[in-house]
Amino acid sequence: MSANDITNILVCGIGGQGVMTATEILAEAAIAQGHDVKKTEVAGMAQRGGVVTSHLRFGRKVLSPQIEPGTVQVLLGFEGAEALRWSHYLRPDGLALVNTARLVPPVVELGLFDYPDDPTGKMRDAGHKVVAFDAMSIARDLGEIRLGNTVMLGAIADYLPFSPDVLMACIDKRFARKGEKVVEANRQAFAAGRDAVAKQLAATPA
Amino acid sequence: MAAVMPNPAAQRLLLSGNEAVARGVWEAGTRVAAAYPGTPATEILETLSRFPDLHAEWSVNEKVSMEVALGASMTGARAFCAMKHVGLNVASDCLMTMTITGAYGGLVIAVADDVGMSSSQNEQDSRFWGRFAHIPVLEPADSQEAYEMAKHAFELSEKYETPVLLRLTTRICHVKGLVTVGEREAHEPAGFVKNPQRWVMVPAHAKVRIPALFQRDETLREVAETTPLNVLEAGSDRSVGFVTSGPAYMHVREAFPDAPVLKLGLSYPWPPQKLRELASMCDKLVVVEETEKILETELKAAGIACHGKDFLPSLGELSPQVLTPAIDRLLGKPVPPPAPAAAPPKLFPRPPTLCASCPHMGMYYTLSQIKNLIISGDIGCYTLGAGHPWNALDTTICMGATMGVALGIDKGRGAVDKNKRILAVIGDSTFMHMGMQGLLDITYNHGNVTVLLLDNHTTGMTGGQATPASGKDIHGKEAPKVDLFKIVEALGVPNERIKVVDPYELPVLFKTVREEIKIEGPSVIIARRPCVLIDEFKPTRPYLVEEDKCTGCGNCVEVGCPAIHVTKRDKVVKPSGKEVELAFVEIDSQACTGCGLCVQPCAPDAIQHVSRRDIPIHIVKTTSSS
Repeated sequence: MSANDITNILVCGIGGQGVMTATEILAEAAIAQGHDVKKTEVAGMAQRGGVVTSHLRFGRKVLSPQIEPGTVQVLLGFEGAEALRWSHYLRPDGLALVNTARLVPPVVELGLFDYPDDPTGKMRDAGHKVVAFDAMSIARDLGEIRLGNTVMLGAIADYLPFSPDVLMACIDKRFARKGEKVVEANRQAFAAGRDAVAKQLAATPA
Repeated sequence: MAAVMPNPAAQRLLLSGNEAVARGVWEAGTRVAAAYPGTPATEILETLSRFPDLHAEWSVNEKVSMEVALGASMTGARAFCAMKHVGLNVASDCLMTMTITGAYGGLVIAVADDVGMSSSQNEQDSRFWGRFAHIPVLEPADSQEAYEMAKHAFELSEKYETPVLLRLTTRICHVKGLVTVGEREAHEPAGFVKNPQRWVMVPAHAKVRIPALFQRDETLREVAETTPLNVLEAGSDRSVGFVTSGPAYMHVREAFPDAPVLKLGLSYPWPPQKLRELASMCDKLVVVEETEKILETELKAAGIACHGKDFLPSLGELSPQVLTPAIDRLLGKPVPPPAPAAAPPKLFPRPPTLCASCPHMGMYYTLSQIKNLIISGDIGCYTLGAGHPWNALDTTICMGATMGVALGIDKGRGAVDKNKRILAVIGDSTFMHMGMQGLLDITYNHGNVTVLLLDNHTTGMTGGQATPASGKDIHGKEAPKVDLFKIVEALGVPNERIKVVDPYELPVLFKTVREEIKIEGPSVIIARRPCVLIDEFKPTRPYLVEEDKCTGCGNCVEVGCPAIHVTKRDKVVKPSGKEVELAFVEIDSQACTGCGLCVQPCAPDAIQHVSRRDIPIHIVKTTSSS
């Protein structure tokens, strides 16, 4: 079997940001499309503000659950420096969609290490295609900071090998029992995420 | 938490390996399931606790969980226990004799090796226990197999009257894959039969039964030749063939799709004929095993030429990224250097840290400000006290070790350490697990140790599981609440040397620690506050820093709260000529839950409560405002 049949998506961020839930919803969408799916993360101490990466692989038949460096089609970064940390996992033609949030850990506050000034700029310098956007501001403008994760899912929706509607339907399903208002708010957030990425890609030369 | 009806049969569900094992165990008709929480195995029992028609429990430690499972098996019930790799060290005393009595009702032990050490103090290969205890070892390669092998293990256990080890790794436990599930089967216990020759393990009885262990090994070796769990895949490229087990199989198949592979689902005892058949099929035979050189050593001893750890690492996971260049080297192929873009960028580390308002922070801040201490530590969230900014722990070994190690330091120290004070830190759950005996040893042997018992009412590091000290059982139902004060007193600590403090009250904490370390003899300071991740914790109004008042002293940064952020750094020269670094701060009021720890060391009184109008309001806006 050729590795080309497999879609590799890497979602990264820090503990508590919703990385694992977002990947779970992406996995549900891939299953709905009839794909075999494997999803892996090392979550041991992640909820203590540590690094979280979630690997999602889907296709006809997925063997190893782990994504190898240099093979990611889409990297969904919930935090700037974390996107940079895992940027070497991108394929040369891969796409990084990065929330510009800047979450500084105590070891940096204590002056022991530096946080990079412009993480996404560093990624671009290394030759990666990057779209950076402020998912939290977008969510705040919609009136609810917790919509940030749906903004992130909207951002990736047009770069999956299936229709954005499939992903939207999975989000609808998640929030259905919370009522129509919540479902509608998430639809708006999803659309805003799609827009944020599409506008930037349209503005930048290929 | 009330039991919920599990998903109906024949559905394809996206399950983690842990959830898949739980489903298999439940479907096998298991009546008793026990565990002590431990990453990466914790979710097995959490999942089972939500299923109906079985007794699920958090046991106080892994040894007890295994004894509970054994007792249930004696009645003919199907029984199960789960633990992480180091948990099996604790339970091994039971295991090494339970293998002689054997199982009556199906008896399965799931053990999860933290390969790659995401959350453990060491890396161990639990396949050794199969050899040591003469029990079969099953190794699933993904969630579907974890589910199927969990069920199969009970049949094997009953048929050959043996405990069965279901060996998992992090890359099974925490990987989600699709699993087609089935129905729960009925399994009524046959009943306890009085049989001292079998169940009373005295020398006379054990001597009679031990030869049966060796016979069982041989019988199972024949089973290994024919079981559908062991599959020989012929392959078309015969330059190199592989024998492998567990998740390593998936990595081998991914990296070498055309190679002959013997996949061992029943990896001990292994099938010699099948191995010889594989060896005859390929030019070179490679053993791909996580983590130690076990099968390779045994194959070589059996005269089967093979490679393995001469090219592959004995530490960490064997991903395709590790396998491919290693096999290229073995075959004498040129190994291209990794592309520059494939190198990980250099970046600050982001180690796990204590949560905002974590009560442990108060204790570690206090300890970091007192000099001349040797502080022995233990396993739990509070192990993070060894990190920045506190650097407060001097030792961490294994569950409950803090007490014995502290007593040993006290008794072993010479003149050079005479003036140091010896402390032992332990959490409430670890104290219940294995810490009590150590404290008893301190009191019994006239130790001079100050014990800090950090009572956060839960098992924090694994996600907040109940303990006998939290007054709740695995279902969240009320259970007898153990009184830690009374236990400590009963273990021989004088009543007047047991102090209960609030770890948010720094002045009291400082005073109590300073006083207790000065007095000879054992003492225990119980620092009591709920973990911020459990329901019992109630956040209060957050704080903020009044920018014009902050002098940049940096005292609050030393508390180590992740909600405190430096906004500006500066340097000033004091009248004494000494250069001082300044760090001006702000508080992330979204993350702050108002514990007030940072307020206390703040020199200029710059940290104040957020006024009500500044608290972010969570309202879902449904109409567009633009």
